[in-house]
Amino acid sequence: MTPILAVRDLSIDYRTRRGAVHAVRDVSFDIEKGETVAIIGESGSGKTTLAISLIGLSPRSATITKGQLLYTNERETVDLRTLPGDELRQFRWRECAMVFQSALNSFNPVISVWEQFADTGRAHRMTDTKAVHARAEELLELVRLDPNRVLRSYPHELSGGTKQRVLIALSLLLKPQLIILDEPTTALDILTQRSIIDLLGQLKKALGFSMIFISHDLSIAAELADRMITMYAGTVVERASVTDLFYRPRHPYSLGLLRAVPRVSGVIGSLASIPGSPPDLIRLPPGCTYAARCPLAIAACSDREPDLVPVDTPRHDARCIRWQTVAEQVGSADVAVAEKIGSA
Amino acid sequence: MTDLIELDHVSRTFRVPGGTITAVDQVSLAIGEGEAMCIVGESGCGKTTTGRMLAGVLRPSSGSLRYEGQDVWRKKGKDLSAFRRAVQLVHQDPYASLNPTRTVFQTLAAPIYRHKKAKGTRDATNRVRHLLDVVGLTPPDDFLVKYPHQLSGGQRQRVAIARALTVDPRLIVADEAVSMVDVSIRISLLNLLLGLRSEMGVSIVLITHDLAVARYFAREGRIGVMYLGRVVELAPSEALVSDPAHPYSAALIAAIPEADPRITRTKGRVELKTAEVPSLLALPSGCSFHPRCPLAEPGLCDVRVPELLSLPGETAREVACHVAIRERRPAAELLA
Repeated sequence: MTPILAVRDLSIDYRTRRGAVHAVRDVSFDIEKGETVAIIGESGSGKTTLAISLIGLSPRSATITKGQLLYTNERETVDLRTLPGDELRQFRWRECAMVFQSALNSFNPVISVWEQFADTGRAHRMTDTKAVHARAEELLELVRLDPNRVLRSYPHELSGGTKQRVLIALSLLLKPQLIILDEPTTALDILTQRSIIDLLGQLKKALGFSMIFISHDLSIAAELADRMITMYAGTVVERASVTDLFYRPRHPYSLGLLRAVPRVSGVIGSLASIPGSPPDLIRLPPGCTYAARCPLAIAACSDREPDLVPVDTPRHDARCIRWQTVAEQVGSADVAVAEKIGSA
Repeated sequence: MTDLIELDHVSRTFRVPGGTITAVDQVSLAIGEGEAMCIVGESGCGKTTTGRMLAGVLRPSSGSLRYEGQDVWRKKGKDLSAFRRAVQLVHQDPYASLNPTRTVFQTLAAPIYRHKKAKGTRDATNRVRHLLDVVGLTPPDDFLVKYPHQLSGGQRQRVAIARALTVDPRLIVADEAVSMVDVSIRISLLNLLLGLRSEMGVSIVLITHDLAVARYFAREGRIGVMYLGRVVELAPSEALVSDPAHPYSAALIAAIPEADPRITRTKGRVELKTAEVPSLLALPSGCSFHPRCPLAEPGLCDVRVPELLSLPGETAREVACHVAIRERRPAAELLA
């Protein structure tokens, strides 16, 4: 089956006074129909830059220097980069919608929720206002809100969790195939966060769209993802199924992230932070960009940047010449990494 | 463990548009010498207000704050400044709490001079070097002349902790001190704070919304859970996390997503009666959790405010729940 989105060798630079910031470098991955992919990494790893480029909303200071963004629907395959402005605007929201990190800033504060729906509809040539209204009601019910109350409200009258639900409903207005969510639950309280996670799981099941999550929070990924992508210093360092990434990571950075997260249930495990900080994206070090922080680094790691290579489990790639050593450390049993290493 | 500092039936009200809210209502909390404790809760639960009262920067509307047995807000002059030095607050956002126009050295040297902790520049510089070493900013000489914008978020938070240490405090209140730093370095900051406790005997109260962080930090201490201005449960960390006594704690723990697909996708849930959080302007009668609580009993929970009492047979575990106390069992077991 053709993936609904194929990202090929994508590279994005930001222009700054100090020089070009290589925010995204040679990123490739596929999103299949109905699949949920989580992109994880710390701040500055390029995950948000990547996500914004997927809907053609990159800021003017960003340049896509290389690569393709191939979207496939029932009719055709198009490269987002070749679409002229007007077609790009139509394409956006119809094929692919985004729920931004800050729910508050995504609304126009001076118009009601209904007007936000109406505006989005108009921008996408939905001329039948009644139909848009009916669709808005249907979607708000789908996200468990009372349409009568919410449609009349202004953004400031809604709680954080309600706003996030409205944004999710709004993203579904044109029935996109793909929804991109940037840190969808970061600012929310625990119980609200739980209800949004459950809601996304239910919507996905009912409507069959694909999702891309951008998050530094591994637990959201553990909840919802089918596959995972770990980014570091602008590039993909590991691609794996959710179980492989959590129980059989093959890149030391993925392993480091897993060991850095405290847990509420099970054993506390041996936790450790990753020492150091990410490299300067203007002047990248030679060789592996993670070598300076990596406990497994050897001299050869600094010779050249490793390729993303297949490892010992199917559909699993890692950008590390020492992935076998990582494999020896974590073993293959399905228990959390911190626990395994803690007991070893 | 002797009590270092104690909040005794402390309340704090604020005037807001639309009326007066009670952000903290009758909270009693004693922090032992060298204790690492966490206060957790969702936004609006009063945890930050409680922390600010504990640190003596916010005066309670009623009730008292006692330091070594003496009422802090009746202290004057020397006694008051001794208290001010003894308790330090570390804020969530080091971008906001550090002066952007001061170097690390200037930031750390100012309180050293002010509280006469050093004689002359050389002595002060040595002290600053030592503090940078303690908080893991090494080699110290690389950091002395840096400005906040030249540091990473984690490094800035380390400077903020070093500043708290300049006056040899006995208690540090850290309000969401690790929330704004990357996941990859949170543990090292928590370990730094825990190290101060074990090596210097400083008591630390960490205020956080993250129960996993609380469990890690307070693994040898206690966690207090707050809901709408009240402490609903106060218990040793492991007991609270594995067998929560209050239905609200049980709901929180069940709701937390875990960084382990198998665990998180098979976790039991605690279904609440409503997701609606009551407004602080119109708190429910009796137990303020009763409209959401699956264990609530009409005629009891909506009438009487539950006190924080020891769970029968387990003095270390305190819970403010009529039903758990009467049934002599933690809510987690009653809900199972």
